[in-house]
Amino acid sequence: MKPIETKQEYSDYVDKKSPNSPILKNCFNAFWVGGLICSIGQIIMDFCKYRGMDETASSTTVSIILIAISAILTGLNVFNKLGKFAGAGSLIPITGFANSIVSPAIEYKSEGYVMGVGGKMFTVAGPVLVFGISSSVIIGLIALLFSH
Amino acid sequence: MKRLGNQTIMFDTPPTILEAASIVGPKEGQGPLAKYFDQCLEDEFWGEKTWEKAESKIIKETVNSVITKAGIAADSIDYCFAGDLLNQCISSSFGLRELNIPFFGVFGACSTFVESLCLGSVFVEAKAATNVLCATSSHFCSAEKQFRFPLELGNQRPPTSQWTVTGSGATIVSANRYRSFYYYNYPWQNCRHGN
Repeated sequence: MKPIETKQEYSDYVDKKSPNSPILKNCFNAFWVGGLICSIGQIIMDFCKYRGMDETASSTTVSIILIAISAILTGLNVFNKLGKFAGAGSLIPITGFANSIVSPAIEYKSEGYVMGVGGKMFTVAGPVLVFGISSSVIIGLIALLFSH
Repeated sequence: MKRLGNQTIMFDTPPTILEAASIVGPKEGQGPLAKYFDQCLEDEFWGEKTWEKAESKIIKETVNSVITKAGIAADSIDYCFAGDLLNQCISSSFGLRELNIPFFGVFGACSTFVESLCLGSVFVEAKAATNVLCATSSHFCSAEKQFRFPLELGNQRPPTSQWTVTGSGATIVSANRYRSFYYYNYPWQNCRHGN
């Protein structure tokens, strides 16, 4: 074997030797689990509408119920197994966001309720919130300026 | 003691590893090396409330076990070189403080154990110490918490991702060359060199 000299050669060598993630299997699992979660959401939504709620109230109810289920499953040590199996399928819907807030809250409880749970609850979801909210404020301002 | 190259030191009277001990977690206990460990734990908490306290207990018990196995008094150990992966090396400093041995905190991530062995043997060779304790510890759960994501987070790991060991290892490096760890465990090496 010829000696490895550059960083590029080394990273090529590592890529050649290391097993790849099973992409097809992961995609398939993500597809059907994600689809199932969204279908459950749709069932709840249709049920709410059937019971006489309007569009906004129904979609809020769906979010609340899915977040609650995901938070409870995280606490029961089930959601991380689901996430390992389904990947983005359970991460992309609102369930993943709930998991990313509840999991640090559980993990850092040992450091106390104020500095642990309170201070570190948003270590995973924090960047999403900061940039999500900031960009929506900017988009809102632009829309306000140009819509009239 | 002579410095040969950029990073090579030759000892005149090589220090010996008097005794070694190790305690590991459940996953390591299921592996092919399980029979070489002194103790394999069933519970990652080991009766403690946090991962950090559990890691601290693991290194404390490993050090107690190496001292017992070596058959020397704890106060005949002159210095202690130890470290772990956590901030301010808390698991080793809290685990070892009851021993009242002067403590040097070493941080080298994966290389902590070899670093403490190097430093300890230089101390012994320089006659600054007769017996030096070298130890290290890590805990999968405390390392994940410190460096990566909470355990409950539902993310996927690539097949090549590494798994931090739950466990601790400790050795006593000694100037006493008449009772060597290697003499008992690998006698053929001593025969070959004619000792």
